[in-house]
Amino acid sequence: MPELLQYLLSGVTVGAVYALVALGFTLIYNASDVVNFAQGEFVMLGGMITFFAWQAGIPLPLAALLAILAAATIGVLLNKLAIEPARGAPVASLIIITIGASIFLRGSAQLVFDKQLHRFPSFSGDDPLRVFGATMLPQGLWVIAGAVAVFLVLWLFFARTLTGKAVLATANNRIAASLVGINPNHMMTLSFAVSAAIGALAGVLVTPITLTSYDLGVAMALKGFAAAMLGGMGVPAGALVGGLLLGLIEALTAGYVSSVYKDAVAFILILVILFARPQGLFGRKAMDRV
Amino acid sequence: MLSVEGLRSRYGRIEVLHGVDLEVGSGEIVTVVGANGAGKTTLLRCISGVQPASGGAIIFRGEALKAIPAHRRVALGLSQSPEGRLIFTNLTVEENLRLGAYLFADERVERDMADAFAMFPILKEKRNLPAGGLSGGQQQMLAIGRALMARPACLLLDEPSMGLAPILVAQIFDVVKTLKSLGVTVLLVEQNAYAALRIADRGYVMETGRISISGTAEELIADPRIREAYLGI
Repeated sequence: MPELLQYLLSGVTVGAVYALVALGFTLIYNASDVVNFAQGEFVMLGGMITFFAWQAGIPLPLAALLAILAAATIGVLLNKLAIEPARGAPVASLIIITIGASIFLRGSAQLVFDKQLHRFPSFSGDDPLRVFGATMLPQGLWVIAGAVAVFLVLWLFFARTLTGKAVLATANNRIAASLVGINPNHMMTLSFAVSAAIGALAGVLVTPITLTSYDLGVAMALKGFAAAMLGGMGVPAGALVGGLLLGLIEALTAGYVSSVYKDAVAFILILVILFARPQGLFGRKAMDRV
Repeated sequence: MLSVEGLRSRYGRIEVLHGVDLEVGSGEIVTVVGANGAGKTTLLRCISGVQPASGGAIIFRGEALKAIPAHRRVALGLSQSPEGRLIFTNLTVEENLRLGAYLFADERVERDMADAFAMFPILKEKRNLPAGGLSGGQQQMLAIGRALMARPACLLLDEPSMGLAPILVAQIFDVVKTLKSLGVTVLLVEQNAYAALRIADRGYVMETGRISISGTAEELIADPRIREAYLGI
């Protein structure tokens, strides 16, 4: 029994990381139908910039804030320099641009920083908390709290604010959006900034547990993308549930079968679920009448 | 209120507007009629700024629109119910209307929404449903309602009768007449020339990217060339 609880706890912790990455996908996807494969690089940047700023003597909270702001700026630049000039290109081309951007960011990080693994201290110490015989790192609670907070903010943003609706409207029809007075470029800039900030936040929260290095982004993007697809691309609740579910499946497989198979089992399960529900668990089927 | 002078526009290398001149006075209903492909929709897209003009000028309330992007023209008082409706299918009916008033956040938004619901009661019934599930006629009403939420001084209507049952066409043209009595200037583009000319003050006939005939609505309805070509009388 403590075993199962242990697996569940570590599954939820890892899942919360995936959920954060998946939530980052949500915003840009909702604004533009583009899946931003550079999302994982923002996680990397969050961890790396925080580490190097902290090492340079800046207090950790300030370093983290700096990293999030820097990532948001890079997100805006990515949109202004690479996505906006290609406006009018098919969505697939834009997605390929984001893959290029991710390779570029990874290469730059390797040059600007280094190729080592890095870690900075946990926010609330490293003494494991004991829960009915299982243990959990306090940093895990930070990650989970971060995922839940970002989910709530995003959900409120899309469900309750006019700007959130304007982002959705822009994705649905750019021309119609500008005909009601929305500036589509602003909506894109906003989504890239906030998505990058969410990614960087994930990096800041998770680095004390998993460490960070320049090439962390690929795995993060892949898992986050899988989580987002599983939950339903573009739906904040889907990103949260998809991420947690993916983390749990991995942890349970690693515990009861073998950690060698954890990725395989997770991806096979995702394939099965998407086969039955292509729009994901929470996704709404596209419905248009002409 | 709105004047278009020598307007040219092209899709790639093909020019579709070859110098269009048109005038809409304050409080008028002006209609542009013409066959499919004459360039009527392109004209409205240029006025709204979602299609670039390659020559000529558009002047709205004394201001040249050339350098003003589409989303800022809405703030000047120009709003359009576009061809094909272009409603936000992923949002609810009410959210579509609310976004029509994207530029506003005052208490008048609620009143305008109530007015839109009074004008099109079916929209009120379906306010919380996704707009993508509405029928064609209901989507047309929503597109007009959304354009009105922007508090236009001049409303551009592109083919509001397209694909609609005759009873709905009559209803929508009644709404246009009501708008005139409320002081809204309307530029109405229609293939349904007779219905459009009946409610319009003045009209233009457009043929292959040029204005071929213009005059008051009565003159145009009486014009034998128009009776034959567009009214089928």
